[in-house]
Amino acid sequence: MSYISLSDKDKKEMLAKIGVSSLEKLFRTIPEGIKLNRELRLPPPLTELELIRHFEDSARNNKYQDYLSFLGAGAYPHVIPYIVDYLSSRGEFVSPYTPYQPEVSQGTLQVIFEFQTLICQLTGMDIANASLYDGSTGAAEAVLMAQRIKGKPKVIIARTLHPEYRRVIKTYVKNAGVKIEEIGYTETGEVDFEDLSKKLDNETSAVICQSPNFMGVVENLKKISELAHSHQVLVIDVVAEAVSLGILEAPGKLGADIVTGEGQSFGLPLSFGGPYLGFMACAKDFVRQFPGRITGQTTDVDGNRGFVLTLNTREQHIRREKATSNICTNEALCALRATIFLETMGQEGLRELAWHNVQKANYALEKLAQLRGVKRKFSGTIFNEFVFEFSKEWAKVDSLLKQKGIIGGLGLEPFYPELRNCVLFCATEMHKKNEIDRLADVLGEVLR
Amino acid sequence: MIREPLIFEISDKGKKAFSLPPLDVPVKENALQDVPTRDKIDGFPQVSEVEVVRHFTRLSQANYSVDIGLYPLGSCTMKYNPKVNEKLSALPGFVSIHPYAPEELAQGNLEIIKKTEEFLCEITGMDAFTLQPSAGAHGELTGMMLIRACLEERGKPRKIVLIPDSAHGTNPSSAHICGYKVQEVKSNERGTIDLDDLARLMTGDVAALMVTNPNTLGVFEEDICKIADIVHSRGGFLYMDGANMNALTGICRPGDTNIDVLHLNLHKTFSTPHGGGGPGAGPVGVKRELAPYLPVPVIDGKGGKYFLNFDRPKSIGRVRSFYGNFLVVVRALAYILALGPQGIKEISEMAVLNANYIRKSLEGEYHLKYTTPTLHECVFSDKFQKDYGVANIDIAKRLIDYGLHPPTMSFPLIVHGALMIEPTETETKCELDRFIEAMKKIAREAKENSEILKSAPHVSYVRRLDETAAARNPVLRWVEEKK
Repeated sequence: MSYISLSDKDKKEMLAKIGVSSLEKLFRTIPEGIKLNRELRLPPPLTELELIRHFEDSARNNKYQDYLSFLGAGAYPHVIPYIVDYLSSRGEFVSPYTPYQPEVSQGTLQVIFEFQTLICQLTGMDIANASLYDGSTGAAEAVLMAQRIKGKPKVIIARTLHPEYRRVIKTYVKNAGVKIEEIGYTETGEVDFEDLSKKLDNETSAVICQSPNFMGVVENLKKISELAHSHQVLVIDVVAEAVSLGILEAPGKLGADIVTGEGQSFGLPLSFGGPYLGFMACAKDFVRQFPGRITGQTTDVDGNRGFVLTLNTREQHIRREKATSNICTNEALCALRATIFLETMGQEGLRELAWHNVQKANYALEKLAQLRGVKRKFSGTIFNEFVFEFSKEWAKVDSLLKQKGIIGGLGLEPFYPELRNCVLFCATEMHKKNEIDRLADVLGEVLR
Repeated sequence: MIREPLIFEISDKGKKAFSLPPLDVPVKENALQDVPTRDKIDGFPQVSEVEVVRHFTRLSQANYSVDIGLYPLGSCTMKYNPKVNEKLSALPGFVSIHPYAPEELAQGNLEIIKKTEEFLCEITGMDAFTLQPSAGAHGELTGMMLIRACLEERGKPRKIVLIPDSAHGTNPSSAHICGYKVQEVKSNERGTIDLDDLARLMTGDVAALMVTNPNTLGVFEEDICKIADIVHSRGGFLYMDGANMNALTGICRPGDTNIDVLHLNLHKTFSTPHGGGGPGAGPVGVKRELAPYLPVPVIDGKGGKYFLNFDRPKSIGRVRSFYGNFLVVVRALAYILALGPQGIKEISEMAVLNANYIRKSLEGEYHLKYTTPTLHECVFSDKFQKDYGVANIDIAKRLIDYGLHPPTMSFPLIVHGALMIEPTETETKCELDRFIEAMKKIAREAKENSEILKSAPHVSYVRRLDETAAARNPVLRWVEEKK
């Protein structure tokens, strides 16, 4: 295939206009000694038909979709209304750059403005940005932001925060003078308040937790906030399962100062982990320390409403090393998908979707709880995930389940060594009752 | 012209655009009784499906895009995005797979990642790649972390990162997050790095030099090997920002110019769509010495079977969840496979031809601060037009009236009033000529009727927007008006 549009005649005319005799002459500033002077060792070109065959083969090499799966843990299977794919694949949305020229980018800019509004409404915060890479980098950016606001070295991280998010935070803040302390969880699966009280001090900038947390349990955000605020410590709430915002109280109303999270559940397919959608919202007092692009409303010379990228003086292209973040390209098209998804779901649809998740997961939990050889690990209120402890070796159970075409859940031991044979299950609106029943039946057989 | 309202302004109680199947499990009414819940989401929209479809269709029509015409943003490489790649990246086997899928059920994906890494190694001359970073700036940050980790192991991380005055703003910002102080290296009269200034600044305190090659003027750093020698002789690392790799594919491999680490932008050189600001991908390539520090997991193959390797004791850790923007990687691999070795070389040849054609055609009409030969882009300025009170922004906005997207404005910072033009290799001659004609007309208008430029654009969806007012009195979300 070739995507070049120039004919031989075009090339000749252009070279003549430039005044050089050959294409090679255009590269004369590259010293000969470092030129490649051989063909790249790449496979010969494929036509469109060959490409399609090639990638269909690769896709078929993934067998995951043949299985009934109950995996969640930061990536959730959800319904995607058809119009999300239909509208978001329009070339006018797919093929522009970041909207640097607002007069010819009003489509993208208005979408971002609506996205920011929806995120504010969902989180109960004043302002939101145009997106970040994903939930994990959102969490890391939030920690850096809190430290800029408070100027104190310590950040307290709940161990119930997604383990990969914790790892990303550690990587990001390693050279920023941030000291990390972790707090544990109790038998309800919630943050250990005693541990939190002990570790809160005058050197702490922020406490960061996730709700619903990695164990699927809804945290008592109000109590965490009250404790933290009594020490003038900021609260960062991470929302890894964004659909929960459709029914759980807005974190902003429970005292969170910064809310960040993963928007994959809003119209983005699982996609082996990316592209996903980081979002972030905060109180308006913190706007100068807020990372990422922001769209604002203004007017044109005729007085008509329009939208522009604004508050650029926080950003790298103006502030360089003093910027609030190095982010430039973000996840705009994913934010577009989320915007279409949320506006399609609407007020009632999103609430209903969230309620279905609660019901399916609770049904699955109750079915599994009846089995012998398993024990519910945490007693807290769940959204769409829950943890069971198995009396048998999970690896063995897992492989027997796979033989029956089921991927049960995520074994937690690699992330939490103390949670041997503990497994995180997820059920959403995508799981039919008979599929949940099948999981319970097959597990029953395997455990017998 | 239809001015599309905000969705919130057409919302009305009870309208719905989607329904779920009836709940097929027994309802547990008190499932959430112990936690605070919400009855509604204040202000959330309620609209019909037709309204959603028309809303986004109309909004899309308020965008300019590569599918409509030339998009000559310098350093952004806005090339055509092959449509078949959208189909390929949407295959059910790719989109419906969970990131924690067991490795044996995800072999197709792991092979795609591994193969893409191998091809990128061949194209750039590097030894190993990670595809985890989500964008160029994310790649820069990752690259600087690798350097820091290696220096720490050698004894001390050092304090300073050198960055040329022509660099992208993300470079200093990324170095800063990595805990480094930034020091600027001057450009010489050719627009390239001043070797004397570099030699003076390159002390034992310097961790790395971040160089963009070709630089943001489109000029190849001819002395790149000498630069590498100076940096290496003091124990530092040479980082290359690969944003401008479109000038070099198949012609010169950065790895052969003795750089130690680089990032690529798949959404630039490798044709994945920019999406109005992402998702992109910023793979990072390294020489052997830095490979042990790459983010986890690394994909390894054993007897044709691929697996995720987390057992990497020297790794910097993770820079994001899971394995990066996988669907972006699928598109980039499709692009490499479609083009083959000759097609990859043709990218840079045609990109450089197109850019030089524009440069030659506009020389004399617009001021060219640096006359050094350029590769895939050229940077003019508004110096000639300033005599008539016309600035680069007026030229840019007037281009909109001619149905074209403006070039990058006011960057690089070393050219005052810059207009940075990068046409890319996929542009048609007809479209290039249309751009050249428009630019010439604008140069004439500047002399004869400068008012028409200063009040441009005249025929766009909105006219010139007040960006100062937007920043002074920020309105960052819709709020329901109190009745």
